[in-house]
Amino acid sequence: MAARKISLFVTCLVDQFYPEIGEATVRLLRHLGVEVDFPADQTCCGQVALNGGYRSHAVAVARRFVEIFRDSEAIVAPSGSCVTTVFTHYPELLSEFPELAGEVESLRNRTFELTQYLVDVLGVEEVGAFLPKPTRVAYHDCCHALRDLGVASQPRQLLQSIDGIELVELTDCESCCGFGGTFSVKYSEISTAILNEKLRNVDASGAEILTAVDASCLMHMGGAMRRQTMQARPMHIAELLASGLPGGACA
Amino acid sequence: MPSIRTKEFTPRASEAINNPTIQESLGRLSNFRQGREEAIAEFGQERWDEYKKRAQEIKHETMEHLDHYLDMLSTNVERAGGHVFFAHDVQEANDYVAGVAQANNVKTVIKSKSMVSEEMGIADVLESMGIEPVETDLGEYIIQLAKEAPYHIIAPALHKSKEEVSELFERILGTPAQSDITALAAIARKVLREKFLKADMGMTGANFGVAETGTIVMVTNEGNGRMSSSLPKVHVATMGMERVIPRLADLSTFLPLLTRSATGQRITSYVSFATGPRRSDEEDGPEAFHLVILDNGRSNMLADPQLREALYCIRCGACLNACPVYSKVGGHAYGWVYPGPIGAVVTPSLVGVPIAKDLPFASTLCGACREVCPLNIDIPRMLLKLRSDANEGPKGTRKANRVEAMVMRGWRMTVGGPRMFTMAGKVATLLQWPLSRNRFLRRLPPPLSGWTRSRDFPKVAAKPFRSRWAAMALPPSKEGSDGD
Repeated sequence: MAARKISLFVTCLVDQFYPEIGEATVRLLRHLGVEVDFPADQTCCGQVALNGGYRSHAVAVARRFVEIFRDSEAIVAPSGSCVTTVFTHYPELLSEFPELAGEVESLRNRTFELTQYLVDVLGVEEVGAFLPKPTRVAYHDCCHALRDLGVASQPRQLLQSIDGIELVELTDCESCCGFGGTFSVKYSEISTAILNEKLRNVDASGAEILTAVDASCLMHMGGAMRRQTMQARPMHIAELLASGLPGGACA
Repeated sequence: MPSIRTKEFTPRASEAINNPTIQESLGRLSNFRQGREEAIAEFGQERWDEYKKRAQEIKHETMEHLDHYLDMLSTNVERAGGHVFFAHDVQEANDYVAGVAQANNVKTVIKSKSMVSEEMGIADVLESMGIEPVETDLGEYIIQLAKEAPYHIIAPALHKSKEEVSELFERILGTPAQSDITALAAIARKVLREKFLKADMGMTGANFGVAETGTIVMVTNEGNGRMSSSLPKVHVATMGMERVIPRLADLSTFLPLLTRSATGQRITSYVSFATGPRRSDEEDGPEAFHLVILDNGRSNMLADPQLREALYCIRCGACLNACPVYSKVGGHAYGWVYPGPIGAVVTPSLVGVPIAKDLPFASTLCGACREVCPLNIDIPRMLLKLRSDANEGPKGTRKANRVEAMVMRGWRMTVGGPRMFTMAGKVATLLQWPLSRNRFLRRLPPPLSGWTRSRDFPKVAAKPFRSRWAAMALPPSKEGSDGD
């Protein structure tokens, strides 16, 4: 495989709450021969402000992001929704800076969700991961990854290649988990009603692990799975794909 | 104009969520979803996408030259012997319709389903004049008896169980209890038939107004649109100004999209065309035809490039059926005429962002609405725009929350650079330390209490990724892919 170099955009959520997902991402990429660097100035893509209706703050943060990653060959993030912010929303957010237009256009096309990068760019078919015992895993389609980035087959293909996995499909796998950022707090009751329907489907699938490409959706579903002491536990796809690889723990 | 109850979104959503009958009714939305998917599969996805593209192009052309096509529509309606009235707002529209009713000494008006007539609240106006307005679409008839607003764009009584309908008929019409839906429909049919025969004015909406011919097109499954437009001596049609399409041939693009998206049907039982009143050599039809074209804020949407495409909507209701929020909170929570995702765009645009602020925020931005929309309307993007208008729009048009705005300013400082960001993480680890012994928090103070009502919240990691990176920066050995 040709030597590749990427800049990791770890996302603010993974950095502060789930650093082990970041570590798994690095292990996985290195295992596949990708050189990883971590621009230390990075913080957030601005999605929180954009979705919260504070566009002016999102603009400022987006500008920062462009400056930090402007020289990166490719930018990879273990998140579909943060990549969507860059891919779908940066052109509009930064439209008041016409001098950046070319750069933004190039940047959005160099920014990838992890599985998208592995399959669509690198052409990876299997990662060589293995689970210590046969495990039922359900994949949840995160909305932005699915609908903005077209990420659906890539994660499934990679998951299928894990030794010891039994991949099961959720009923209504494409329906939202009810997270929606601040929506989950502001409209807690509605969010929870949507979430409970999702969890009924997770339960019915008999999955032991629920995986997805976004830590945020997993934080949401996982938080309720823990509260309800469900049998399934959440695990980010980077951690699953890195299980059994050198330098890390097994799933 | 019907009362605007958009400010009651949260309590009314809660009511719906906690009502098992309503949740069961909303569960039936899956029939609509499935019907739509099957119809598109039969039609062919590629062909479907072509039709969508063509429909978008036609709408684009129409909106770019809306004045031209409205003028053409108006000229051709008048040429066919009809009258056209452009209403700037609901008041003007209602006054005009009231005037027509008075001039014709009308006692009973039969109505077929029309969202614009709901927007006008014309039924209440007529009633206040001593005129009896009768809804003739079965669902509309049911909610008229129940004195409620439509629950869904194409299924106004979606939320009513057959038991509730039976009770309603028993109470108001005095008919015996019935558990059979066909028998219930037969009761309504009998009552409505008499109303049809004695009505002296019919009101309909218009799914499309064809500019080149001056034709009003009504898409129904009960034939009541045809009855309402042809039986009484006066026919008044109301339409939003965005309903105009340039050519009759354009229907061959829009009709297949509309009926499949709405109910999964190849075509509805009735597609009725009305071009002016009865001609002298014709036996049937009204003696007079009036078309009321309503603006009521649509011009503002047209003038806003970020909202203009919401006027492409053909009111199929597919976005409601696909929406996870609508599927839980139902139609009444949205508090005005248009519910669901498209309502969350249209309502604030027409009644004002400050009083309808909840609607654009009450969405997960999942994008299911955009995915099913036959016109590809980018509803999530419009919701973001309206959110930003609500918080950061010009004075007088916004409704910002000062505390939240302060928190966001703090957030921006935090993510403004790695040092502040790392420090914020450290402060959080200190603050959370006394709250829990494991990795999760079970209870948080407001505003995060909304989260912990039903979900545990993870603690901030003691050592963030950026602090671990140094150790990872140089792999322990020259790690190759053969390293296992």
